[in-house]
Amino acid sequence: MGIAELRAESKTASESTAALLRELVAHLGENRTQLREEWIRRITEGRLLTAMSKDEIFAEATSVYDSYVEALETRTLEALQAYAQNLSERIIPRGVETHEVVGIVLLLRDVLARSLFSKYHADSRLLNAVLDAYEPAANAIAITVAVGFVRERERIIRQQQEAIRELSTPVLQVRERLLILPIIGLIDPLRARQLTEQLLRGVRANRAKLVVIDITGVAAMDATVANHLVLTVEAARLLGARVIVTGLSPEIAQTLVNIGVDLGKMNTVGDLQGGIEEAERLLGYKVVPIAEPMPA
Amino acid sequence: MQVPILKQGPYLIATIQSALTDADIVQLRDALVEQVGRYRSRGVIIDVTALDVMDSFATGTLRDVAHMVRLRGAETVIVGIQPDVAFAMVHMGLTLEGVTTRLDLEEGLDHLNRNIKSAAYR
Amino acid sequence: MKPLEVMEDSAMAVASDSDIVLARNQGRVVALRLGFRPTDATLIATAISELARNILLYAGSGEIAIRPLERGKQVGLAVVARDSGPGIADPARAMEDGYSTSGRLGLGLPGVRRLMDEFEIHTAAGQGTTVTVKKWIP
Repeated sequence: MGIAELRAESKTASESTAALLRELVAHLGENRTQLREEWIRRITEGRLLTAMSKDEIFAEATSVYDSYVEALETRTLEALQAYAQNLSERIIPRGVETHEVVGIVLLLRDVLARSLFSKYHADSRLLNAVLDAYEPAANAIAITVAVGFVRERERIIRQQQEAIRELSTPVLQVRERLLILPIIGLIDPLRARQLTEQLLRGVRANRAKLVVIDITGVAAMDATVANHLVLTVEAARLLGARVIVTGLSPEIAQTLVNIGVDLGKMNTVGDLQGGIEEAERLLGYKVVPIAEPMPA
Repeated sequence: MQVPILKQGPYLIATIQSALTDADIVQLRDALVEQVGRYRSRGVIIDVTALDVMDSFATGTLRDVAHMVRLRGAETVIVGIQPDVAFAMVHMGLTLEGVTTRLDLEEGLDHLNRNIKSAAYR
Repeated sequence: MKPLEVMEDSAMAVASDSDIVLARNQGRVVALRLGFRPTDATLIATAISELARNILLYAGSGEIAIRPLERGKQVGLAVVARDSGPGIADPARAMEDGYSTSGRLGLGLPGVRRLMDEFEIHTAAGQGTTVTVKKWIP
């Protein structure tokens, strides 16, 4: 159940449901200390939140409890959503797992439900009415917290993947107008795309005239990635930069020949050092007036 | 929208300022090829920094400009191709073969200056 | 992710070369709003430019429709280029690099296929042509 349904629920809720929820909230407020202790006891018993200290669990439990009761009272989930996101941001780096977060919220739901049983057990009709009001709201709260946690985790994972990809292909400026792109490890099509984007933006940002792509650390590449490498070299040329590829393994050389690369377009030098020397030589033409101009 | 063509010494500089229709590009081609002769220009720079798409028609026409200008005795440099545009062009197989490309106007001028100077040494 | 339902299908008439510019601008706007990276938005805009020009060259007029796609968790974009022109007698040949009956570069359709993830063409002589291309956010 989402916020919309919970709101719709609250809109169409009879006055008696609203009254019941008010009574419920009053009950949870009065018994706050005792119910919170009971909940923390069950969290400890269930070996949840093991990454956190007792004091931390107490502090978080208090906040969650109060937010929970507030969500029941106001019958809106916005505040709880914000709190769940904030909580997730704090506890995900601590290594708290999804099952723990879902677990503690469900435990709180159970602890509160039990206290409703013991309060209203004498009157089963009233108990049913109270549970009818309580259950949908409690479930909506549990879902909100769980979804908030999972979303935050997915966001962090995406962010980390992005960071890892960027770290794995640094664009380094070694001389004015000379960039080096050392590529290490496996290149899949997605990484190849990222690499191209970084290279082309790097050329523009650093006003590079020459780029040395060193693939010594790449053992093999399939035809798709090899083709992509060729496209990257051509795109860099369109920007006005010349690319030297160094460190081709025999396997990659074979792949490039098999896909029919136009070797006239691809400038290759044996190793990185040779590539840098060649690049410097080409850049050097600029300051030696009798030299031939750099060919396009 | 017409592309302004600036005569600067021995060069013509065409700075594209917004997206061009096919007719605009053809008009630019005709104007450049005509003015190269009229002003006895040695070089032509076409600045495409403002273009966010260079499809087969734009690329083909600019390549035609370069070839026609060469037949009229001058050299063409295309400058300012954006990274994303270059990426799309090479995917299409549009590599502007035989046409000089440079990063920006400054680099384009630098290229022409050096070429003309080295021609004078010969 | 932006809600998809706020974006309506937009079909644009293609009848003059300024419509090519309008169609590809619209394609870029929709692609960016869907969450495509700028690089991919440029690929999409370029593909639309080619498709729109093909309509003008071979049929004189037609339309380009751009619509958002959803497939499970994946979000994408479809471009449908439709005309009721003479159709293409030999679509397989039209997909070969360098083939053109208009005398221009002839890189149009094969290029579009390389820019996009999915490509479909329905055509026959006298039946008009519909090209549908799709791209997904990786």
